[in-house]
Amino acid sequence: MPPYRSAMTPRTPLAHWARSALVAVPLILLSGCKMVVMDPTGDIAIQERNLILVATGMMLLVILPVMALTVIFALRYRKGRNPKAYDPHFTHSTRIELVVWTIPLLIIACLGVITWTSTHLLDPFRPLDRISATKPLPKDMKPLDIQVVAMDWKWLFIYPEQGIATVNELELPVDVPVRFSITATSQMNTFYAPTMAGMIYAMPGMKSMLHAVLNEPGETWGYSGNYTGAGYSDMRFILHGVDQAGFDAWVSKVRSSGESLSTERYLTLDEPSEKVPVMHFATVEADIFNRAVNRCVKPGTPCIADVMALDRAADQGRYQAPRAAASDASMHDDMSHDAMPDGSP
Amino acid sequence: MWAAGLNPGPTMLDQGFLKAPLGRLSLDSLPLHEPILIGTFIGVAVLGLVVVAALTWLGRWGWLWREWLTSVDHKKIGIMYVILGIIMLLRGFSDALMMRAQQAVAFGANQGYLPASHYDQIFTAHGTIMIFFVAIPLVVGIINFVMPLQIGARDVAFPYLNNLSFWLTASGAVLTMISLFVGEFARTGWLSYAPLAELQYSPDSGVDYYLWSLEIAGVGTTLSAINMVATIIKMRAPGMTLMKMPVFTWTALCSNILAIAIFPALTAAFFLLILDRYAGTQFFTNELGGSPMMYWNMVWIWGHPEVYVLILPAFGIYSEITSTFTGKRLFGYSSMVYATVVITLLSYLVWLHHFFTMGSGASVNSFFGIATMIIAIPTGAKVFNWLFTMYRGEIRFELPMMWVVAFMLTFVVGGMTGVLLAVPPADFVLHNSLFLVAHFHNTIIGGVVFGLFAGMTYWFPKAFGFRMDEFWGKVAFWGWVVGYWVAWTPIYIVGLMGVPRRVHHLDDASLRPYFVVAAIGAVIILIGILGFVMSIVMGIVKRKALADVTGDPWNARTLEWSTSSPPPAYNFAFQPVVHDLDAWHDMKENGYVRPTTGFNPVHMPRNTGVGIYVAALSLTLGFGMVWYIWWLAAISFVGIVLVSILHTFNYRRDYFIPGHEIAVTEDARTRSLATGA
Repeated sequence: MPPYRSAMTPRTPLAHWARSALVAVPLILLSGCKMVVMDPTGDIAIQERNLILVATGMMLLVILPVMALTVIFALRYRKGRNPKAYDPHFTHSTRIELVVWTIPLLIIACLGVITWTSTHLLDPFRPLDRISATKPLPKDMKPLDIQVVAMDWKWLFIYPEQGIATVNELELPVDVPVRFSITATSQMNTFYAPTMAGMIYAMPGMKSMLHAVLNEPGETWGYSGNYTGAGYSDMRFILHGVDQAGFDAWVSKVRSSGESLSTERYLTLDEPSEKVPVMHFATVEADIFNRAVNRCVKPGTPCIADVMALDRAADQGRYQAPRAAASDASMHDDMSHDAMPDGSP
Repeated sequence: MWAAGLNPGPTMLDQGFLKAPLGRLSLDSLPLHEPILIGTFIGVAVLGLVVVAALTWLGRWGWLWREWLTSVDHKKIGIMYVILGIIMLLRGFSDALMMRAQQAVAFGANQGYLPASHYDQIFTAHGTIMIFFVAIPLVVGIINFVMPLQIGARDVAFPYLNNLSFWLTASGAVLTMISLFVGEFARTGWLSYAPLAELQYSPDSGVDYYLWSLEIAGVGTTLSAINMVATIIKMRAPGMTLMKMPVFTWTALCSNILAIAIFPALTAAFFLLILDRYAGTQFFTNELGGSPMMYWNMVWIWGHPEVYVLILPAFGIYSEITSTFTGKRLFGYSSMVYATVVITLLSYLVWLHHFFTMGSGASVNSFFGIATMIIAIPTGAKVFNWLFTMYRGEIRFELPMMWVVAFMLTFVVGGMTGVLLAVPPADFVLHNSLFLVAHFHNTIIGGVVFGLFAGMTYWFPKAFGFRMDEFWGKVAFWGWVVGYWVAWTPIYIVGLMGVPRRVHHLDDASLRPYFVVAAIGAVIILIGILGFVMSIVMGIVKRKALADVTGDPWNARTLEWSTSSPPPAYNFAFQPVVHDLDAWHDMKENGYVRPTTGFNPVHMPRNTGVGIYVAALSLTLGFGMVWYIWWLAAISFVGIVLVSILHTFNYRRDYFIPGHEIAVTEDARTRSLATGA
């Protein structure tokens, strides 16, 4: 497999520079192929890969000379090899000091600028502004919403617009931006499909976001990168990239599966289980993701958002009775840019 | 209604004082169904019996108690720390071999030879032991032994506290080892992240062993750090201003200041987790406003500076060795000192890079990413300073210097992958992967471990009066260096293939060759470890031939080499006076004549067994708390308080070595110097 395909041509000048200067590094690394982090198929992951190459290349500018000098000095100044060169008084040189502080400083300064911009551009909470390096984002294109719930030890994917849900199977239409809303029911997990985009934590009582896109069809996998106990090693999901027609066909297939994700079904699903096979749910109870974020799927449990509102009201000397779960307007998900279930007051 | 969302699990209140005199300890707590553990237990028991029998047969118990266990001599305490570290290295490395063996076979349908519950304990124990009971004791031990000698002092500022610190660390290690045979160790990863470490998800004794071991050892480390800082600040020889201090002492100072600042954060985090687990509080749970993320922040506020606590003294060791074996003063001494101080300060500002993926937002992530990278600047300057110390030097490739060169070639790669991981979007794809694991082993083995072996080889003749065996020392060197690269290069590569850390088995059998190579690398490292042990054993066997009568076997430059090997109890018959950096080199250059008459009595601290008593009571306190044996914990706690108070009434804390005794010791040295010359 060649390290670069035309669809992945980096766009920025730095990435271009990295490509020409560093072609040897990926060639060596990719000789075993399947190096998914270095050869991804999603635009975000590709940009992250390019960043790795650029940063590595910049650092090699200083690392390689240092390694070479270490070997050269070790050989050249070995005792007896070069007695005339011995100078026990060569212990200070302002010029050398300037150079050895300045070179790392300059490299880190450049890297710092790259870090600042790339961290903002590739912030998982930031909506996409392109499909890929070669495909701009059509103006009217809406992202596909997918809600992700990490459970002990499986992944639940809810497609709210399609009204379906799956376990351990993530089907994505190629070249369509996806907006993941991510939470967990008990443990800190990372939601990670290496070929698509970098990871972000799935956290109980929190909602994190990931905007990503898959640019090539194919079957691959994703997992949690954060150890969560007994069933962790098998907590993997299949990731299918398909074209729009294939996606629509898949949705109808799931819709015909018969099972529905009710509150009761969700609660039994949430019980710890290992090596869970793929499951399909034809229907999903409304708002179940928001109740998962607010830790009030179980009937009768107060929702975090309500408790927080209550606390705030109590602080202001007012009292308001907590409302029952599932019928609460305040919990409606505004898909805003914050990880907290409840926005700022 | 509120209770419906809660599941606090059983708390300490469920176990009454009288209802269950042994708490939750029962026969089921013994791993009688685990053949690996039973075999290990028999091995350890036999070894222990042999040691006890040998000590009894040789009639050495009194000697051991008087000369070593109760000693407040910083040199002996330092050596005991190092012995503890090496013993625990053997344990921690056994865990590593078991992990490598498991990952080399567990593919597809094959689940390997370890059940997940055992494998998870092993990787938790490996990390915990290697950091807390190998790296810390070795670093603290070397500082303990070397630093007072380097600054021309006769002991540390608080000799009894030093003894207590050591025994508290040893207690923590013993409690961890007990978990091997009674109950189990944590299955939560080496930092026991909440909420996994909460009672709800980890109800058994494992996390409690973890918490109490590290609380006890952590108190020891904190007290030791206070002691070392006080020693360096107050007890330097006349003339040794801060900017004439040896670089190793500088790094020891910065490392211990760091430790004083950070260990309370860890102790507090663990204490809050203990409250969660024992008293039903909800600091780090998912309920009632508890926040697991707070725990992550607190442990990493300790955790990141901690790597600098370990690596700074290693940098100091490399500096001393490079200077000695190139026959030159360290290039750019002041920039080396400033670099150390800058690293010390910056290391407080980077902890969040351990969880860029938690969604803190781009600006926060950028701040911590860039702060992390900035550390590369002073570190880079240090590497250049070692390089230019070698430049126009006269390099003698004795073993310690070989470790330095291996360090420089290995560590820079770890530094590079570290800066790479500090770029948040790059971290998004590498976080929690085996690439990350390879990175920190690259810096810890290539940086800290190589430095510790270099230091032990370098100062061994000072401690015992003879060198380690060179052939086996080279076996140790090549085993570690080659083994490191063979073991960890494939792990870097599988990290780029998207393999996460801590997995028990993998589906994709095509990854197997990489793990097999890694396992072979681990075996090569084992050869290195055994080679190190052999080089000590063969050194003892050949001690006559390897003896150092001069006290300065390497033609070194700092004050510890001006006294005999091993140094007398009082270190220096006369307090040295320092005029320049590299004080001993300066003395040799300027025709220093060792005084042979006119000795004055020397004021010395007296040995005490109180440190052992307090540490033993801490051990029973920890054990009682782990198993809910409340009466044992209560008695132990009261005991600790009582013994500590009673010790304050001990007025027999010091004595004088009379001048004529010193004259006898020094005359013996004069004779031995004459024979050696």
